[in-house]
Amino acid sequence: MSLRTLRIKDEEDMRVLAVRLAQILKMGDVLALRGDLGAGKTSFTRSLVNALAPSEEEVPSPTFTLVQVYERQKPAIWHFDLYRIEEEQDILELGWEDAIRFGVTVVEWPERLGSLMPKDRLEIDIQFVPDSENERDVSFVPHGRWVTRRMTDE
Amino acid sequence: MGIETSCDETAVAIVTGDKRILSHQILSQKEHEIYGGVVPEVAARAHLHHIDHMVEAALGEAGVSLPDLSGVAVTAGPGLIGGVMVGVMTAKAMAAVHDLPLVGVNHLEGHALTVRLVEDVAFPYLLLLVSGGHCQLLVVEGVGAYRRLGTTIDDAVGEAFDKTAKLLGLGYPGGPAVERAAAGCADVKAARKKFPLPLPLVGREGCDFSFSGLKTAVRRMVELRVQETPGAKDVPGLPEDDIAAMCASFQLTVADILCDRAGNAIAEYLKGDPAAPALVVAGGVAANKVLRAALEGLAEKNGLRFVAPPVKLCTDNGAMIAWAGVERLRLGLTDAPDFPVHARWPLDPDAPVASRKSERI
Repeated sequence: MSLRTLRIKDEEDMRVLAVRLAQILKMGDVLALRGDLGAGKTSFTRSLVNALAPSEEEVPSPTFTLVQVYERQKPAIWHFDLYRIEEEQDILELGWEDAIRFGVTVVEWPERLGSLMPKDRLEIDIQFVPDSENERDVSFVPHGRWVTRRMTDE
Repeated sequence: MGIETSCDETAVAIVTGDKRILSHQILSQKEHEIYGGVVPEVAARAHLHHIDHMVEAALGEAGVSLPDLSGVAVTAGPGLIGGVMVGVMTAKAMAAVHDLPLVGVNHLEGHALTVRLVEDVAFPYLLLLVSGGHCQLLVVEGVGAYRRLGTTIDDAVGEAFDKTAKLLGLGYPGGPAVERAAAGCADVKAARKKFPLPLPLVGREGCDFSFSGLKTAVRRMVELRVQETPGAKDVPGLPEDDIAAMCASFQLTVADILCDRAGNAIAEYLKGDPAAPALVVAGGVAANKVLRAALEGLAEKNGLRFVAPPVKLCTDNGAMIAWAGVERLRLGLTDAPDFPVHARWPLDPDAPVASRKSERI
């Protein structure tokens, strides 16, 4: 298993990273975003969704709605926030199976997935850098097919 | 009758055209303090399980039967589609059997019109909708006519309160928890000086909001304080005074942000020369006394009447949907039995996209 960590210096740097990753995404891809409250998971997703949008698009936090689907993108991007979820069954009710088959799935708080965790996924862990306000360490941990996949930013 | 199943609550209410709430049944979400949040009623089957019973309870409480109703209104979106479908199918079935007019209501329109169920407020009024999931400024020009002046680019204000409460080790829901803790702060001015927080977008043009950066700043503020406090390893190790001061600072910061953005919206709204200018604040966050006082002051300064519906009508409920149904029925705005449901359904589809970029212009 390969692991790669990048030091991101600010939000703009993070946006550039998301835009580059967006270019290689295809139907069925799952990105599992880890990181504490305020690390920038939703902000990262916003950049990703907008990189693939025909024109700029609002990407609000999905904490309250649990899932936001962006259908102007091909394939559609499903943005899940499982922070408030406690039963795996509930995740299925949000359209999880459609998302992972026909969409590009970005999921925050993937630890809630339990047995639903897809074998093939790219985990992206966003960590605060001690004593720095804007910097983040972003680690990529590929699983399944992602292990052998080329990433353009490498 | 109004039915609401678009989110965490299964709610049914019956209201009359002369503003009487005959029944108000809500089956509330399950609260789980350990998670610092609400476990949402995701499952459509949960709504399905409760809906018949809730309809019966609402009819019973009102002392009426289905044929007595003048119409059935139901949330047709936006929201979790499974839940919305349960409400909509129930409403359609009842309307079909008893030959009643049917109204599909936008959940946000329910919030927008609720104030007219309890007060005489004329169109157009300026609405600030602040809740766990929404943070919007709208000019309510009439039933079905909304002009969105601003919305949140990222987090809703209720979410900012919930997450701040979690970072400070306070309970759920975050709004009341933060307000309670802040009340213990003796010197608010000093608190703000000691624990300064950023004011995202304040001073810029436009009426959009951003609370995500504030959340990150709160996190950093808490971590720094833990580091600076001898003997404190984590948040529970902090003195109570510090927690109170941080809450007070956060609350005032949110008040400043809301007032700044609402101030811009008021200027825009007054350009339309409304006959009876009013600022209406709806949503659960309106229950916060500090925010309310700040917004009331802002309205007064600008010569606007300030109105906030009671909290039980601000959180999700059936009465707001029933009332939106009354308003629509009066205008003959009923829906065909095959009306669709919408997962996403903006009140003002023509509103410009809210983003950091658009704010910079």
